[in-house]
Amino acid sequence: MKHIRTIIGKEWAEVFKNKLVLSVLLIMPVLFSLLPLVMLGVTGSSAQMSISPEEAGLPPELFESFCEGMNAGECTQVYMLNQFMLFFVMMPLIIPVTIAAYSIVGEKTTRSLEPLLATPTTTIELLVAKCFAAVIPAVAATFLSFIIFNIGIRILGVSPRVLAYVLSPTWLVGILLLGPILSVMSAMFAIFISSRVNDPRVAEQISGVMIVPFMAVFLLTSFGVITLGIKAMIAAVIICACLAAGLFYLGTLIFDRENILTKWK
Amino acid sequence: MIKTQGLSKTFLIGKKHDTALKAVDELTLEVHEGEVFGFLGPNGAGKTTTVRMLTSLIRPTSGSAIVAGYQVGKDDIDIRRNVGLLTESPGMYERLSAEKNLRIFAELYDVPDVNKAVSKYLSLFGLWERRADAVGSFSKGMRQKLAVARALVHEPKVLFFDEPTTGLDPEAARIVRDFILEFKQEGRTIFMTTHNLDEAEKLCDRVGIFKQSLLALDSPANLRQKMFGRKVVFHLGGVDPQWAALIEEVEGVSGVELLEDKIVVSMTEPETSNPLITRLLVEQGADIRFIGEVRQSLEKIYLEMLHGNETRQA
Repeated sequence: MKHIRTIIGKEWAEVFKNKLVLSVLLIMPVLFSLLPLVMLGVTGSSAQMSISPEEAGLPPELFESFCEGMNAGECTQVYMLNQFMLFFVMMPLIIPVTIAAYSIVGEKTTRSLEPLLATPTTTIELLVAKCFAAVIPAVAATFLSFIIFNIGIRILGVSPRVLAYVLSPTWLVGILLLGPILSVMSAMFAIFISSRVNDPRVAEQISGVMIVPFMAVFLLTSFGVITLGIKAMIAAVIICACLAAGLFYLGTLIFDRENILTKWK
Repeated sequence: MIKTQGLSKTFLIGKKHDTALKAVDELTLEVHEGEVFGFLGPNGAGKTTTVRMLTSLIRPTSGSAIVAGYQVGKDDIDIRRNVGLLTESPGMYERLSAEKNLRIFAELYDVPDVNKAVSKYLSLFGLWERRADAVGSFSKGMRQKLAVARALVHEPKVLFFDEPTTGLDPEAARIVRDFILEFKQEGRTIFMTTHNLDEAEKLCDRVGIFKQSLLALDSPANLRQKMFGRKVVFHLGGVDPQWAALIEEVEGVSGVELLEDKIVVSMTEPETSNPLITRLLVEQGADIRFIGEVRQSLEKIYLEMLHGNETRQA
C-alpha cells in the first residue's frame, strides 16, 4: 500500500506540473458543468412558460419518456439537460486517458522507468498506482463539476422537478458508479497501450479508441434511439465492472518488464 | 556476493520473433564481498543485459545467478531490495526537486527513516543547497551524483554501476570515481561496467573482459603479466650489441631487445633479475641513466583480447 501511495504521489506531482495535462484535467469539467448552465440561463426566461408540452409543440415521444407530468418549461430544460447528462458519465472515461497514456511511455522517454522497475515494487502495485493516479483526479473532477452543475440547476431551474430529474436513480448510478468503473477501464487500456508504444502522442491517440463505443451510445441517446433507464444503467455497471476487472487482470499478465525495457530505443 | 553459473540470455528479434540473438553466453563468474569488479566490453557486448539480469530486471534464458544471497528469477523482490542500481542514463523526474526524487525512491525501497536517509545523501553528494530545485535545472554531473545517491539511499549490499562516468565532463567523472573509491573503502561490493579502461585500472580489484562471453578474468596486473610478461627498460648512454648475449644468460630473463640507447629486457621477476643485470652492465662499462618497468596498458590487453577472440572466431 505504501508503494502505491508513493507512486500515486509521484504521478500527481509530475502531472500537476505539466500544463498540458493540467489544462485537459480542468477544461473538460469546467466546460461540461458550465455550458449546460449557460444554456439553462439563456433558455430560462422562455422556459418559465407554464403551458403544456403539447401546446409548446414538443414531440409526444419525448415527454412520454421523461417529461411525464411536467409543463413545457420543465420539459424543455429536462430535455436539454438530458443531452449533457451522459457527459458526466463519459468525463471520467476521457480524462484519465491523458494521464494514463503518458504513465509508462513518459517514463520510457525520460529513462526513469528502469530505476523504478529496479525497486522492490511489484507489477500489481505499479499498475494499481498508475491506474488510480489517473482515475482519482478524473473522478474527483467529474464529481466536483457535477456538484457545481447541480447547484447551478437549483438556481436556474424553473422548478425543483428539473433537479429531481438530474438526481434520479438512473443518473446517480450512472455518474457515481458507472463513471468511475469506466474510468478504471479507460486508464487500464491507456496504460496497456502506453507500455507498448514508444511515443506519448501515439499512446494518447490509440488510447482514445476506447472512447469510440461510448460516443456511439452517447449519440444514440442524444437522437432518442435508445433511452437509458435504471435497469440499463445497472446492467452497464455490472458488465463494465467485469470488463474493468478483466482488463486489470490482462494488464498484469501482459505487463512485461523485460519487453518494456529491452524493446525501448 | 555475486555468483553466476552458465548465465545466458537470448533475445528473439525480428518481426516474427524468429531470430535468436545471444546477448550473454554462459557467463560464469564470482564477485567477492567488498570487491570492485570491472566488466569491460565494447558496445553491444551484453554488459547492460548482464547487469539487468543480475538486478532481476530481466530473466535469464538459462543458467543461474545468486546476488547478495538471493537467487535471480526466484527471489527477485529480495534482490531488488538489496542491490543499488545506477543506470546508464540517470533517468530522473525532471519536474520534481532533487529531494522529492530521492524521497520517492527511499519510500519505494522501504527505508525506515526516509528524512534521515534523504538528508544524509543529499549532503554527502553536495546537493543539499539545491535540494528544492527541479532536477531539470541540474547539470549532468549533478544529475549523476543524484543518481548515485538514489542507488545508495537504501544502503544496499551490492552496487551495480552501468557506465557511471559516460558523458560526464572530467571533473564530474572524477567526483564519481572518488565516490566509488570511498564506497570501496567502506567495503561495499561494486559491479561496474565501463568503457574507460584507465578508470577500470584505477578502481577495480579485478576485471572481466566480456563480449557475449567472458574472454578474460583477473586483476589488471595479473592480466598484464599473463599476456605480456614483465619488461624492464634500461636507458643507457650508449649500447654495445654484445651486451644482449650476456643479459640473456641472466636467470629469469626471457628476451632482450636492443634499441638505439636503451635495452628492453623481458623477465619473470624484475626484483631478482634487475640487480644482476645492473651489475653486469656496470661491469661492462655501461652508462646507466635510468631504469623503469614497461607497463602495458589495460587498453592494450583489452584490444588484444577482443581482437584475439575475433581472430579465433574467424
